[in-house]
Amino acid sequence: MAVFLQSLISGILIGGVYALIGIGLTLIFGVMRVINFAHGDILMVGMYLTYILFTFAGIDPFVSVLISFPLMFIFGGFLQKVFINRVLNAVAQNQILLTIGLGLIMSNTVMLIFTSDYKIITTSYSSSTFQLGGGVSVSWPLLISFLITSAITAVLYWFLLKTDTGQAIRATAQDREAAQLMGINVKRMSIIAFGLGSALAGTAGALISPTYYIFPQVGSTFTLKAFVITVLGGMGSVVGATLGGVLIGITESMSAAYISSGWKDVVVFSLFLLVLLLKPSGLMGKSRT
Amino acid sequence: MLRIEKLNFSYGDLKVLWDVDLEVKEGEIVTVVGANGAGKSTTLKNISRLVKPDSGALTFDGQDLSRLPSHRVVELGVVQVPEGRRIFPEMTVMENLRMGSYVKGTRKDRERNVEWVFDLFPRLQERQKQLGGTMSGGEQQMLAIARGLMANPKLLLLDEPSLGLSPLLVKNIFDIITGINRQGVTILLVEQNVYQSLRIAHRAYVMETGRVVLTGGGQELLDNEHVKKAFLGM
Repeated sequence: MAVFLQSLISGILIGGVYALIGIGLTLIFGVMRVINFAHGDILMVGMYLTYILFTFAGIDPFVSVLISFPLMFIFGGFLQKVFINRVLNAVAQNQILLTIGLGLIMSNTVMLIFTSDYKIITTSYSSSTFQLGGGVSVSWPLLISFLITSAITAVLYWFLLKTDTGQAIRATAQDREAAQLMGINVKRMSIIAFGLGSALAGTAGALISPTYYIFPQVGSTFTLKAFVITVLGGMGSVVGATLGGVLIGITESMSAAYISSGWKDVVVFSLFLLVLLLKPSGLMGKSRT
Repeated sequence: MLRIEKLNFSYGDLKVLWDVDLEVKEGEIVTVVGANGAGKSTTLKNISRLVKPDSGALTFDGQDLSRLPSHRVVELGVVQVPEGRRIFPEMTVMENLRMGSYVKGTRKDRERNVEWVFDLFPRLQERQKQLGGTMSGGEQQMLAIARGLMANPKLLLLDEPSLGLSPLLVKNIFDIITGINRQGVTILLVEQNVYQSLRIAHRAYVMETGRVVLTGGGQELLDNEHVKKAFLGM
């Protein structure tokens, strides 16, 4: 029972960060129908930003979210305005090539500056835990990152559901042309959506940096993970990505505990295939007609 | 109010509008009738700047629309209710209406406009929490018109509002359009329902294969031999 509870709790905690990554990707896809293959690389840039702030300015990784969120928002908005807005009406393969290319440029630029050595951020709490009782222990950095994730997700939901700009983003995702007829500047919405998606990915990068190796190619793992989460939850669905993230987190930690950590990806992808077989549009997805 | 001169437009290599001239004066209901593919909807898309005209002049109250992005056109008060209603399916009726008054300057009138459209369409008030995508075609059409009215339109462009509605609802919709016009909204109506739309129009244009072929008063065109033969089956 202790093992079960332990892995359930760890799974939920890490799943929160996964959700953040997935929400970012799904938001971008929902608004622009562009699949962002640079998503993991944007997360990687967020990790290095955290690393720089920690190493050169001594700013705690969790506190640095306050700086990296707006910086990554601006970075994402810039990418959208300068590059991606130009290919919105292009064929899908051109959009894919563009985002893959942007990702390659990011990872190689980082490699040029920092070399491909692994970096780690060691904080006083990096490996500290506390006992929950019953033999279950919770890692402090995971718990803090989960709390930050929850707060950001809550604010994001409020923004999308209650504010005019948030509703305009959803309207653009549901019917771009009709949104234009409402007087919504859809290019601006795209910039905000890509900025938000990047800020969420960058924040996820910051949050995992105390517990994860930082290296220029780390992004590809997360791009793949983000796809699994998003497709599992239903492309374009923010609720689906939240669910998908937590589900993948739990599945990973359960399979690591009960089978072996080497097999966790096998279990995750099997679950993924199973869901797609039973519900091809994803958990919260609507079949598009 | 709205003046279109020698408007030409093509989708890629396919030319769909040829030297279209059209004018709407303040307070009028102007109807554009014609068969499917005559270029009626494309003309509206050019006005709303969903597409870019190849050549020609598009002006509204002296402002050159052809140089503006679509959201600026809405800000000027030229609001389109698109064909097929295009309700935001996963937003509630109320959220759809809120999007109608997204443009700055109309938000302050939001509450007043909501009351106005609920008055016009009491059905929407009952359904205000329902998701747009789950409503019937007729209800969606009411919502689409209501959403357009939320933007304080000076000129309301209506694209096939009667399409797919039951005969009773069709009559209802045309009555409502007349009512909205009496409240001071100028209307440019595009329709395949030639009889009903000519009946309520002050003036009308007939389009065939991308050209304006006839123009005149609504009643005048109803009596026109060509119109009778081509559209009314008489």
